[in-house]
Amino acid sequence: MQSIAVVTPGLDLQASFLDLLDGFGVSQGLAHLLWLPLPMLTVLVAAVVGVLVNVWLERKISAAVQQRIGPEYAGALGVLQPMADGLKLLFKEDIIPARADGLLFTLGPVLVLVPVILSWLVVPFGQNLLISNVGVGVFLWVALSSIQPIGLLMSGYSSNNKYSLLGGLRAAAQSISYEIPLALSVLAIVMMSNSLSTVDIVNQQTGAGILSWNIWRQPVGFMIFWICALAECERLPFDLPEAEEELVAGYQTEYSGMKFALFYLGSYINLVLSALLVSVLYLGGWGFPVPIEWLAHLLGQSVDAPLIQVITGTLGIVMTVLKAYLLVFFAILLRWTVPRVRIDQLLDLGWKFLLPIALVNLLVTAALKLAFPAAFGG
Amino acid sequence: MTIASATQLICFLVLASTLVLGSIGVVLLPNIVYSAFLLGGVFLSVAGLYLLLNASFVAAAQVLVYVGAVNVLILFAIMLVNKKEDLSAIPGLAVRKILSGLVCAGLFALLVRVAFTTPWALPGPVPVGEEATIRIGEHLFSDYLLPFELASVLLLMAMIGAIVLARRDVFSTDVITGEPADQGLIEKSRTPLLLEKPALEKTP
Repeated sequence: MQSIAVVTPGLDLQASFLDLLDGFGVSQGLAHLLWLPLPMLTVLVAAVVGVLVNVWLERKISAAVQQRIGPEYAGALGVLQPMADGLKLLFKEDIIPARADGLLFTLGPVLVLVPVILSWLVVPFGQNLLISNVGVGVFLWVALSSIQPIGLLMSGYSSNNKYSLLGGLRAAAQSISYEIPLALSVLAIVMMSNSLSTVDIVNQQTGAGILSWNIWRQPVGFMIFWICALAECERLPFDLPEAEEELVAGYQTEYSGMKFALFYLGSYINLVLSALLVSVLYLGGWGFPVPIEWLAHLLGQSVDAPLIQVITGTLGIVMTVLKAYLLVFFAILLRWTVPRVRIDQLLDLGWKFLLPIALVNLLVTAALKLAFPAAFGG
Repeated sequence: MTIASATQLICFLVLASTLVLGSIGVVLLPNIVYSAFLLGGVFLSVAGLYLLLNASFVAAAQVLVYVGAVNVLILFAIMLVNKKEDLSAIPGLAVRKILSGLVCAGLFALLVRVAFTTPWALPGPVPVGEEATIRIGEHLFSDYLLPFELASVLLLMAMIGAIVLARRDVFSTDVITGEPADQGLIEKSRTPLLLEKPALEKTP
């Protein structure tokens, strides 16, 4: 696909912001320093609001699946219910069990949450609409998500509770075994786009709209990635670490109040993040199903006109979020319709099925790239 | 001093002090679980130092391999065998501590001497930045191919060895005791709760 040539520079908020401050006579270094916290705060707020939406969706969809009504009185259609949940957790007493290891007990949830939030660094919402276009891109996400098991082991161990320890060990085992097929399926995508950067990966999928999305060229990789992402987020059917019938609540058993809220936030932020990354890697990221350049050309407008750029940028954000929340919807639907797998089935699926298939997928992608360099990014 | 260089200096000082204090803690702390968690912190600060040196790919690989795999495996091993038991006092512990302290101090003195006598070329080569990923790939498939393949063969051997040790029933004799291996006996000794139950009929 001759994608790179078609890509337009798009909305560059940083350059506009720096120009604006330059107009007020602010020095270049200070303007840059003032700019730095803005995208970080925006993304942090977006992530937390995403979690609130997610919790509301979870409640409403689970209710619909079970033919209930769900939250109804807190705000219209119960949209304020997640706020009520959050406030409840905020005001709850923060208990550290008497024989637990206080330091590790406090540090565990933090170590679970921080890598997930850091991974938002590489999620692009547009050509320039991301915190930092780091060269290692998706690899950074894969590396950061491997820190999480340490936090889980830490909280499982420090709770001084056999269910917590078992849950922590299970979580770490699950996370390690599903990371390998996950990384291999990402590698196939990276091979096709010749870059680890998330922006380059999306750019490689533009050109022919929906037809050039990676899902058509990597259907097997898409399935592997989605299954592994669900397992990494510990969503049902893979919520073994907190299987309530066996382990009370796994590594969360002894936690209450804000520390529990950190786990809760972490798992939902991780779900939204995984959905965003699936949409970036396989569903064309911020791309519209019909190439925006064609539409602008049809209307006789230049893609570089300021108004068109603003519309394109907004459309990009809307498309990314829309695709991600479609995937979140599927994840929630899966959670309320599919039974939990057993621990041996989970490990069998990871090591004996997904890993060989991911390896074969990688090999086939490499062969196709050599055979059809035009279609597979030679 | 610009903002960027000041930030870099502060980051370096913080990372270096966490690195040194953390590694001293790994060696000296009596609680092995704390040591293992601190080791993770040490690996993370090494990754931070790589980041400061503009080697982001190496930093990410450091986090993935050392924190995500090596440290998690160490923690796993500790937590699976961590029994609360009082270890018997080792005779002559003080002498042993002094001796190992002396060896470490000697090694440290040697390293400091090497660091100060080597004529370092300053400033070093220009960092390649984002190009590094491509360069590493080229090296791995050309002049570093043999070491790379040897390392993977070594890992394969370790993996097969671990599987053989874990599954003693793959041989007709037990690799550790030398007695004839009996699958049923091994299963029973592993899970003593099942001792009373009749063995499952094997379908021909």
